[in-house]
Amino acid sequence: MTAKAETDVLDKTRERRKEVIPLLQKAQEVQGYLTPDAIQTISQTLKVSENEIYGVATFYSQFRFRPPGKYNIKVCLGTACHVGGGQNFMEVMKTDKNLDHGETSPDGKFSLERVACLGCCALAPVVVVNEEVHGRMNRVTFTKLLESIDPPPPAEVVPDTPASKG
Amino acid sequence: MSLNEPRIQTPPSGAAAGTVPPAKIRVLVCEGTGCVSSKSPEIRAALEKAAQEFGLGDRVEVGFTGCHGFCQKGPIVVVEPEGIFYCRVSPKDAKDIAESHLVGGEPVKRLFYRHPVTKEVVPYYRDIMFYKKQQRVILRNCGKINPEKISDYEAHEGYQALRKAVTTMTPAQVVEEVRRSGLRGRGGAGFAAAIKWDVCRKQPGKVKYVICNADEGDPGAFMDRSILEADPHIVLEGLSLLGFAIGARKGFIYCRAEYPLAVKRVRIALQQACEKGYLGERILGSDFDFDIDIFEGAGAFVCGEETALIGSIEGSRGMPRSRPPFPAEKGLWGKPTVINNVKTLASVPVIINQGADWFASIGTENSKGTAVFALTGKIANSGLVEVPMGTPLSTIIYEIGGGIPNKKSFKAVQTGGPSGGCLPGSLLELPIDFDSLKEAGSMMGSGGLVVMDDDTCIVDVAHFFLSFTQSESCGKCVPCRVGTRHMVALLDKIRTGKGTEADLAKLEKLAHMVKQGSLCGLGQTAPNPVLTALRYFRSEFIAHVVDRRCPAAACRDLVTFRIIPERCTGCQMCVKVCPTKAITGPRAQAHNLDQAKCIKCRSCYEICRFDAVAGDAIIMVS
Repeated sequence: MTAKAETDVLDKTRERRKEVIPLLQKAQEVQGYLTPDAIQTISQTLKVSENEIYGVATFYSQFRFRPPGKYNIKVCLGTACHVGGGQNFMEVMKTDKNLDHGETSPDGKFSLERVACLGCCALAPVVVVNEEVHGRMNRVTFTKLLESIDPPPPAEVVPDTPASKG
Repeated sequence: MSLNEPRIQTPPSGAAAGTVPPAKIRVLVCEGTGCVSSKSPEIRAALEKAAQEFGLGDRVEVGFTGCHGFCQKGPIVVVEPEGIFYCRVSPKDAKDIAESHLVGGEPVKRLFYRHPVTKEVVPYYRDIMFYKKQQRVILRNCGKINPEKISDYEAHEGYQALRKAVTTMTPAQVVEEVRRSGLRGRGGAGFAAAIKWDVCRKQPGKVKYVICNADEGDPGAFMDRSILEADPHIVLEGLSLLGFAIGARKGFIYCRAEYPLAVKRVRIALQQACEKGYLGERILGSDFDFDIDIFEGAGAFVCGEETALIGSIEGSRGMPRSRPPFPAEKGLWGKPTVINNVKTLASVPVIINQGADWFASIGTENSKGTAVFALTGKIANSGLVEVPMGTPLSTIIYEIGGGIPNKKSFKAVQTGGPSGGCLPGSLLELPIDFDSLKEAGSMMGSGGLVVMDDDTCIVDVAHFFLSFTQSESCGKCVPCRVGTRHMVALLDKIRTGKGTEADLAKLEKLAHMVKQGSLCGLGQTAPNPVLTALRYFRSEFIAHVVDRRCPAAACRDLVTFRIIPERCTGCQMCVKVCPTKAITGPRAQAHNLDQAKCIKCRSCYEICRFDAVAGDAIIMVS
């Protein structure tokens, strides 16, 4: 192989390889999460093995492999939010909705994510519901926010949540 | 405006620049992420509507700017040319602003900023203490220009440095100018920018790359986001200058995907710069070709490390490689690459414009220029602060930040995010620059400055940072992957009152091992929060392991909540918020707290603010 041909091949591989993360982002944007089909399609398009694509996708926290809930709740646990009590919201989600980081409620209504820092530290503690930022939260306002999204009657609440908060 | 006078000067910057006729009143709504989250686009719409209703269409222009840096008081509305500063504005206030201020000439007093201590009202932007002590070089256009309009940037000396460089200077001269300015990388370690540039410039081969590192993953830092949102062109210009200096034709901006607004504004800026001929082929008539792509990161803290960032652009897992070879020799796709932080690049245009001597006249002997900090935590005025290097911490915390609110006292300040350390009150007079912070065991990092009061437990903070770095460790090298895990376990033991003094010794030993043995900056700096905590706040660790108590009453397993009957007015607020119904009691009688039911969530403690004279009726004891 001539040096020229060699660089050409390398360049082409690079060009394809470079698209892995942008394509994964695109797929997630369209479907809300990464399906096995999406990974397979990307693998075939870019000629990069599915194995490797999974390797890349699982490395980055942006990618999820389960569908998000109708209301995707991101709790910021950056420094300022931690000092301001952001952990409380994770607890409320656990006690009220029985959700941990990365989980979606069985009825598909809520999903919960813990994020490192959203850069709104001056508004700490911060909670994001479907891209809408709610700043200066406390446990009381957070509970109210949840109620405004998913108003009681408790009959509405997911069957296996232990906490029907009356 | 003249850059020789970079302090905040509100009027009449817009008018002097010739963008609007001087008589026109400009109402500028802040649309940075912070203010947008408090509905500032609605305020702008309401102001536009109100201006229409009052028939002010031709006299008043309603516009928007990027972040002013004083996000805590957001949403912010500034009325120019007089420089009236309104804070915490809501859409409902639009009518008042239009009627009373724009028509009647009487500014709306209730929206003025109030001094956190003296409660005095401060109507003018230029008089606000938060801004007064700052010297804004990197952030000079933030909050002043419309980030989506290239003409605004051009009116503030925009792209003049690029014009000067490509038409009158050689690449070597640009590097030399940056070397003389003493600019050090603002990404954390403070490596001299010109050394990297020079090494890369001298590499053989035609293909080279430049990358702007906007993967601001440090929790507690948001200045890069603000710059990209408020003044994206300055970063493009800086990156183009870097490209010109080292002979690259292609640049990348690696931005966090968590910053959608920043990505959007950069995209708009890129398009405008291409249309105007500041990017593309034969820029400004020279033979310099350059273009920029934006690459959205996918959420990995370690990608802030330059070799990991390169891996990420290449489409792999973002894992650092061992250096040498350094990226300046072998970087992206094996080609010479220079990676600089947003703030480093934003400093470059002003160095070329104003000259290296001007830049070098700011700051200390070995750290030139200004430093940008994201001041947050338990502080009266939080937001972005830019001060000359060498400014003491006390100036930032007490004069700019307005001190600690709620009658609490200062305990520690955490600088540099998870790579930095906690500094105690005895170091408040420390002039901060790259070297002094390093000596104190911390580092500049990306510039997070989180203030803690006596309610914050140092052990808990150390645990927090280490859990963060532990979960963000890429897992490539053993000291970082396994070492940090054991450190978190030890800290958890201490935090829950199960630790012993032997654990402290073990923790310290392990911290040194991780620091020395790790491959990249993440692992090498991860132990800093623990080491500084042990160095300056050892007594707190001792209290946890020997007395089994948490002096700050923050570590949940070591505290109990109590109601002081004499202070309790029986207002029932705590009864309402208690998630486990642990608090009971009729109205107007002291309440009871059932310790068996209490989950120590602090809800009652936080809401118990009823009797300001007697103090809080619910206390935490340890």
